[in-house]
Amino acid sequence: MTTTRPELLRVEGITKAYPGVVANSDVSFAISEGEIHALLGENGAGKSTMVKMIYGLVRPDTGTMTLRGAAYQPAKPAEARRLGVAMVFQHFSLFEALNVAENVALGMENPPPMRELAARIRAVSEEYGLPLDPSRMVGDLSAGERQRVEIIRCLLQDPKLLIMDEPTSVLTPQEVEILFKTLRQLSSEGTAILYISHKLEEIKSLCDEATILRRGKVVATCTPRERTAREMAELMVGTALKTPERRQGQKGEVALGVSDLSAASPIPFGTSLKGVSFTVAKGEVLGIAGVAGNGQDELLLALSGELKAAADKVRVAGNAVGDLGPVERRKAGLVAAPEDRYGHAAAPDMSLVENAFLTAGVRKGLTKNGFVDWAGTRAFAEEIIKAYDVRTPGPDVAARALSGGNLQKFLMGRELMQGAAVIVINQPTWGVDAAAAAQIRQSILDRAGEGAAVVVISQDLDELLEVSDTFAVLNEGRLTKPRPTEGLTMDEIGLMMGGAHGMEVAHHVQA
Amino acid sequence: MDLGGINPVILIATLMASAVPILLAALGETVVERAGVLNLGVEGMMVIGALGGFIVAVQTGSPVMGFIGGAVAGAVLSLIFAALTQVFLANQVATGLALTLFGLGVSSLGGQGYNGIKPPPTGQLLPDVLADLPVVGPILFGHDWVVYFSILMTAVLWWVLKSTRIGLIIRAVGESHEAAHALGYKVNRIRLMCIAFGGAMAGMGGAYVSLARVPQWVDGITAGAGWIALAIVVFASWKPWRVLIGAYLFGGITVLQLNLQVAGSIIPVEYLSMAPYLITILVLVIMSAGRKGKVNGAPAALGQNFHASR
Repeated sequence: MTTTRPELLRVEGITKAYPGVVANSDVSFAISEGEIHALLGENGAGKSTMVKMIYGLVRPDTGTMTLRGAAYQPAKPAEARRLGVAMVFQHFSLFEALNVAENVALGMENPPPMRELAARIRAVSEEYGLPLDPSRMVGDLSAGERQRVEIIRCLLQDPKLLIMDEPTSVLTPQEVEILFKTLRQLSSEGTAILYISHKLEEIKSLCDEATILRRGKVVATCTPRERTAREMAELMVGTALKTPERRQGQKGEVALGVSDLSAASPIPFGTSLKGVSFTVAKGEVLGIAGVAGNGQDELLLALSGELKAAADKVRVAGNAVGDLGPVERRKAGLVAAPEDRYGHAAAPDMSLVENAFLTAGVRKGLTKNGFVDWAGTRAFAEEIIKAYDVRTPGPDVAARALSGGNLQKFLMGRELMQGAAVIVINQPTWGVDAAAAAQIRQSILDRAGEGAAVVVISQDLDELLEVSDTFAVLNEGRLTKPRPTEGLTMDEIGLMMGGAHGMEVAHHVQA
Repeated sequence: MDLGGINPVILIATLMASAVPILLAALGETVVERAGVLNLGVEGMMVIGALGGFIVAVQTGSPVMGFIGGAVAGAVLSLIFAALTQVFLANQVATGLALTLFGLGVSSLGGQGYNGIKPPPTGQLLPDVLADLPVVGPILFGHDWVVYFSILMTAVLWWVLKSTRIGLIIRAVGESHEAAHALGYKVNRIRLMCIAFGGAMAGMGGAYVSLARVPQWVDGITAGAGWIALAIVVFASWKPWRVLIGAYLFGGITVLQLNLQVAGSIIPVEYLSMAPYLITILVLVIMSAGRKGKVNGAPAALGQNFHASR
């Protein structure tokens, strides 16, 4: 690739402060035409705020931006789009009850009539190898297909700069390859791409340049191909990273057994579970992978007790608990941590002390004669805050006031510190920065080392390979046969996950 | 051709007129709910519209001005709801209920001194030559302009919601305000305008009660029509043509019940009065049973307030 490409966007001295936090402080970088530029940083490093300013959703306090030599100050996304800046969001900005064409039209300034638009969607989707039917309801699409809707919505407007916010977190490895092919094709056609991610291997294989942010400031710029992932991670975090250590614990008898568990999904557009069977022994970590929306949430509900089944379908330490609710299952020794932090795992407007009581009350004996033992609960909350390095002014602040990563640390600590025999976690490090994620993974391994049986459901394959002893994949509500993690290749995992959705027939790898 | 003392032609003609208030109000509420806002203050906005329309019509002597006045009165009251829920993020259900109580109270106060006055009449729109035709005359041509207007509005709203960009944006805002905001749409502003439109439609529906149906002013003149309109919106799965069918069904049953009373029916009146509500419950149960979780096409963000954070 040449280095003399004309400059497309220059950002100089951008500062944006919110009450209490400085999201960006004196940030400068430049992107040339056709360049794939990575914006790297931990959670809360200010990546999202930065791109929102480029996309016109947020206004900078000070600083200037120039687009192709002209001053660039978009007051709203419509203006940014008109000037050739498009964005694919991390949490998709799609409408489930509308069809693909309507979703695309909503993101365009002057959409053509529906019939013409549908034809153009077909044309563009074929040109870039992203098959998509414009008349399908978005609610019925897989995560990978939804992302295609977002990308095609951007491509139809001939963007000069395409912003992608953590685009691969919901894709199978094969779908990631397809996406990268599309992005490289775009880049060779002269479209610049601003790529936000914390997955360093991806950035190494895809990006030409990288700007690394830490606490709102640019701490380094580098060429990712010339650096190791570890070097970049340390620049991001600012300290040396520890890889979680596995303590070789003894595998004991089966602590959690699930046999032929089927359940209809209570979630609109959800996936029902179909004949899920597995066992987890004491001291074992079972990693369950799968693309979002393949039954992960339903599996968690079925294990936590929110979704009941026949008694003998779920067994904890040999006792049938399938027909028990969450509180009884906690008593029986099974705790669960759901994915959604604000609303499911925590009551966002209640304090950390109250939240600690809500799930730990039973196992930690935090009631006295029917009254809440506030002193004991507070002590437990403070214990979690200390042990998991939760950054909070104190245990009495509302859960909502904590950043996502800090709240996640608190919630993980709450479940892991209850001394339960079986622990089920959905997405333990979703949206958590690298240092905190490493710490959470370490404590999962520590609990397994102490003899707990752990089920980790995650979409982060690297994380599962790091923590799990056995590995299985949820695909459309069915669980593959668990296999030992050692010796699994990415290709095999990808095929277990059903390959690229809608592009290949699903294969099953025999164990 | 009378059936048990009831002339079906007259019955159909009357039900079309008697359905107008709930049809207008329900159409307005459909737009409001499609944008994701649940305004339970329809009854309040209707009764304010009934009074506003009545006063303007009496003062100006023009029934058309009266309907405009009713629409304005309803819209102004709905803006209180809009300010509370869209700006101050108050709970929509509580605010809507308060709006109904407030509307009933204010109209009762403002209506002092208007009891017993006759408003200027709203007459038949088309010439007698057409209206006197057998059968089709009374049904198709014998109405005042508001009846035609209400049918026209059904068609217009159907087209706007289905095929226009503004309709798509309204549906998008009601489906996911987060996503709509991320794309750069002003969620609260769009909702505010929908609420004002819903208020105007409810106000006009109310004005039709006091100017054409009754026609005079009495306290609480709308007598629960706003609640029926709310039920019709759900009954119709938020679709304009089904709103029309629902309104005619309810209007028809109301008229039929009156006619049966006059004709001396053997079925007790109370059962007839119950019928519309029983049908609503029945239809809701049948429609909800089909698809679990997602209730018959309700806007996904219905009743949720939106605050743009960051």
